Amino acid sequence: MKEGVMGRKVAIVGTGQTHHKARQADMNITEMIHVAVKRCLEDAELTMDQIDGVLIGNMEHFEGINLSDMWAVDASGALGRYGMKITTGGSTGTSLSMAAYYHVASGLFDIVMAIGWQKQSEGETTAGLISATDPIWERLGFAGAFGTFGAAATQFMKEYGLTEEHAAKVAVKNRQNGRRNPYAHLKLDITVEDVLKSPMLAYPVRMLDMCPASEGACAIIMACEEKVKKITDRPAWVAAAVTRHDAPFIGDVPMFMDLRTLRSAAKEAYARAGIYNPLKEIDVIELYEPVSWAELSFIDALGICERGEGGKLIDKGITYMDGECPVNPSGGVLCTNPIGATAMLRVAEAAIQIRGQGGERQVPKKVNTAVATGYGGNWWSDLMILKSSL
Amino acid sequence: MEKVAIVGMAQTRFEQRKIDAGYPDLVYEVSRQVMDKIGMRIEELDQTITASQDFWDGRTISNFAVSEACGSFLKPESKVAMDGIMAAFYAMIRIMSGQYSNCLVVAHCKMSEGPQNLIYNAVFDPIYQRHLGIDGVSSSALQARAYMNRYGISQEQCALAAVKSKQNALLNPYAMDGRRIAVEDVLKSEILAEPIHKLEAIPVSDGACAIMLANEHTARKYCEKPVWIAGVGSFMDAYYLGERDLTDPVSLVRSAKKAYEMAGISDPRREIDVVELSEYYSYQELLWSEGLGLCERGQGGRLVESGATQVQGPIPVNPSGGVLAGNPFTVAGLVRVAEAYLQLRGQAGEHQVEGAKTALAHGTTGPCGQQHCVMILKSSL
Repeated sequence: MKEGVMGRKVAIVGTGQTHHKARQADMNITEMIHVAVKRCLEDAELTMDQIDGVLIGNMEHFEGINLSDMWAVDASGALGRYGMKITTGGSTGTSLSMAAYYHVASGLFDIVMAIGWQKQSEGETTAGLISATDPIWERLGFAGAFGTFGAAATQFMKEYGLTEEHAAKVAVKNRQNGRRNPYAHLKLDITVEDVLKSPMLAYPVRMLDMCPASEGACAIIMACEEKVKKITDRPAWVAAAVTRHDAPFIGDVPMFMDLRTLRSAAKEAYARAGIYNPLKEIDVIELYEPVSWAELSFIDALGICERGEGGKLIDKGITYMDGECPVNPSGGVLCTNPIGATAMLRVAEAAIQIRGQGGERQVPKKVNTAVATGYGGNWWSDLMILKSSL
Repeated sequence: MEKVAIVGMAQTRFEQRKIDAGYPDLVYEVSRQVMDKIGMRIEELDQTITASQDFWDGRTISNFAVSEACGSFLKPESKVAMDGIMAAFYAMIRIMSGQYSNCLVVAHCKMSEGPQNLIYNAVFDPIYQRHLGIDGVSSSALQARAYMNRYGISQEQCALAAVKSKQNALLNPYAMDGRRIAVEDVLKSEILAEPIHKLEAIPVSDGACAIMLANEHTARKYCEKPVWIAGVGSFMDAYYLGERDLTDPVSLVRSAKKAYEMAGISDPRREIDVVELSEYYSYQELLWSEGLGLCERGQGGRLVESGATQVQGPIPVNPSGGVLAGNPFTVAGLVRVAEAYLQLRGQAGEHQVEGAKTALAHGTTGPCGQQHCVMILKSSL
């Protein structure tokens, strides 16, 4: 790692989110953003004049609004302040969270707010998403979410002997967790049989294995050490923030759903945060799982189990709410997916667990170390580690 | 706080239509060039910050296609969806955070690949404004007219900025639209939206630009004469044009004030040796000059008339030719930073401002300068 001056310590001191839905019919985009901003300020007990800068992002093509940060200045609070827009696809929310961390750590900003949002009913998500891939070589045949996940999951299950029941168990676990989260979009009381009977989208991915299309917004506030002390006695300190991107063609990333970007990010993040035994030292994980199969695979990239052992992990109940290493007590992406906000929700929910604000979704143990991941682009990964003290 | 320097730059030749290159090719061209110039190996590169826009690229996640080209394969990368100067700002922030020692910054855009009026029309509110057909030129025309009316700025004064830009561009081998023209030629060119003529507006162009930033500890490893970022400022104004006084670029004034404070500049007219600002339309050179405090309010026209902003004048503005000479959206502001770097190192060739030690680079995003960023660069700290 680099030599030179180290930056300041930074903590999350507030989070806010909308009650996520398939369609927020009573709100336009700016009103929806404002709900998350207002709740975030209330949680931190701060007012907008105490915020030095606002970082915001979404996926522009999904609502068809160019320079959406400009449009949102009234709602986001960026009017008259420093503002920046960062967008990286599914990982937009973690990219923004990390940007907030870097802004405060730099010493140029004391308190910064980051906002992620999406209002999917106002556009056509899949039409927007397929334009991410190469127009000549990949767009015609291999675009959108289902096909890619179906192919990757097929390889994964064949190589490591996983079954559709393993994936269904993840889908059920996260949906049951989501029922305890008042902000979650899907609150489904389902069983493994329900998942296995749901319509097939792209083998082996079924309807109930997939994340929904949600509308919502999320905001977090980060502050420097000096300010943190005045704001809260329950901060969630940032111990590491690491990003890895991959090749520009889908065909160039590893097969078997092996998320090498997360594996590489975890290695660096654990070194930065001083984590040697992830299963023992991490108290809760908010994992970006766009499909049930992803949780089975991505969890080994985090070093919680050996490669391909994700099925055994769920069989043993280790990732359940009351297990040794709970994954997605919020219900995860399988319950709530307002894309530009989705990865930020992972960070916010991890902070909520550390701050002990989870209510019915609070894991039944003291949370000192929480991990949040973001997934986007072409199998890209973001990873943040939060701690109750540094 | 970590000090941050620019240690290298590269730009493509800007052309109306680069039919032989997709935008990943442009990104590779400048990324490779900047690393070769300073002798940096890919293993030594910590991270990349890109600037691009999904709407201009016609692709969701517009940084998807450039990950290998910008050196971010299995490395950290993030994308700022604003003018390229904000990518430089964010790169600086990430180095100052203490986590990284260097950062490649790349911006790309091929304006030739999309209908510019529709792309900019999508910036406006879909309920109240978009169906009026308002776009970048027509919204700026409202600002130009308001500014001209308020201060008695003439069409000739605005046209002079375009004449100067095209003339300076003749001395810049990377500029697209260098030519020797007179004020009458500008005023005889097609009117795009009254009072803006075709020769007073950003031309369609394709290209990319890259710079390399490094912390103090490593800057001199790559560069004998690094250029230091001495001050930065960036602020947002209101979105709806009707909520703003278009003749008063308040977010620019605040951005400049902040950057000057950081850089210890009290009299910008005397202390800044060269200015590279983002004028998408000729009147903006006048109005932004006022906002930057290069002259009094309402004196932007006189400033350009006086010849003070010529390459040989006391306060040269856009010796490179500026945006009017052909830099695409998103890339424009990063080129200003890169040109300032060249000036402070004495490498600007025929458009070199003699003895420049302090430079100002400016970028803007949003209709009629909704957001501005001002960066002060110095040859020594």
